[in-house]
Amino acid sequence: MNAVHLRVALQLALTVFLAVAAGQARAEDRRVGATAGDIEAKFEYCTTCHGPSAQGFRGYYIMPRLAGQQPQYVENQLHAFLERRRLNPVMANVAHGITSDMIPALAQRVNALNPPPYGGAPNGDVALGKEIFANGLPDQNVPACSACHGPDAKGQREIPRLAGQLYWYMVYTLSIWNSERGQGGREDISWIMRPTVANLTQKQVQALAEYVSALR
Amino acid sequence: MKRFPTSMAVLAISLATAGPLLAEDLSVSNCTWCHGSSAQGYSKAPRLAGQRADYLVNQLQAFATHKRDEFLSTKYMWYAAAHLDPLTVRNLAAYLSALPPEAAKDGDSELIAEGRTIFENGVPDENIAACEACHGPEAQGVREIPRLGGLSYGYLERRLEQWNQGHDAWGAPMPKVARSLSPNQIAALASYLSFVESESSGK
Repeated sequence: MNAVHLRVALQLALTVFLAVAAGQARAEDRRVGATAGDIEAKFEYCTTCHGPSAQGFRGYYIMPRLAGQQPQYVENQLHAFLERRRLNPVMANVAHGITSDMIPALAQRVNALNPPPYGGAPNGDVALGKEIFANGLPDQNVPACSACHGPDAKGQREIPRLAGQLYWYMVYTLSIWNSERGQGGREDISWIMRPTVANLTQKQVQALAEYVSALR
Repeated sequence: MKRFPTSMAVLAISLATAGPLLAEDLSVSNCTWCHGSSAQGYSKAPRLAGQRADYLVNQLQAFATHKRDEFLSTKYMWYAAAHLDPLTVRNLAAYLSALPPEAAKDGDSELIAEGRTIFENGVPDENIAACEACHGPEAQGVREIPRLGGLSYGYLERRLEQWNQGHDAWGAPMPKVARSLSPNQIAALASYLSFVESESSGK
């Protein structure tokens, strides 16, 4: 009888232990919030506009390439949309539908992709773009882009990758920089581009866009 | 027999007043049988007036190559587009895109507000993208992306339903978008868009 009682007691203890462990696991899920499925569904949502491999898409608005983008840059920009440091009506709405615990996972998800550039850009001024990117324009107070964005334009930390970025996105975003970016003031890292943007001519912007848009 | 010459006369007048492009040199008369004499659409055939030229070229090619494969396309447009040469396709697209579009305004006016919200903002919590990102804030379209403003309710609703049923799978990202929309959301979007007036055509 004692042996039977012991076995029942052990089975009961095991059952209680497993039930508690399962409950803890569920609590863990709730605390984390987003499941792998939620993140994948959100990624699919991103690709609706940004292209199936996040290579970017030229719709009525230009949706930038996210593939291969620096995770810290992606995270910073999503927070910037929420905090109104970057003004973009479409992305402000989108960012409100992304819970904060999804953001690092989404940033890693798009960083891991490496499709070829979107293409379709003009290429008459690639050489000029390459020169400005590598060496800047000292007479115009334009520093070398490569100094921060890297010699291969892959970016680093909060500084974005430009390689393979859509030509039209580059031209547009450099043309409207002050009205969309760096709204958080001097502490916003996007503020750093303001003098450079002001010192570039439209032709130079287009040349830079031609050059980086073709980089892999 | 009595109606036939009358309709041909109407056709001739409408073509003669169409503008500098010599419509009678194109295959426009065939299009009018379904799409209407001023290309404003009729019954199940969509309005073509004011549609983006690049989109029209793209779709005519898709009919000819059978890529666009929903029911009414296979029944009518595969045949209609089968023998058009590339120059005629481009001329037709240029002609149709320059015609001024009129809004059908045949959706449910009580759904306009809901449809407009989905069109402009999407539904971020449901992973539904904002239509305006690609189709433009006034649903005017651009390049190969079609103008949706003022198309008929029935056409808009049918297209969104057909994507959901697996037709026309090449038209990325629309199959994905349509799968995420409920029937009520489709009705709201189609209603809203049917009332959207277009700015001047031909851009």
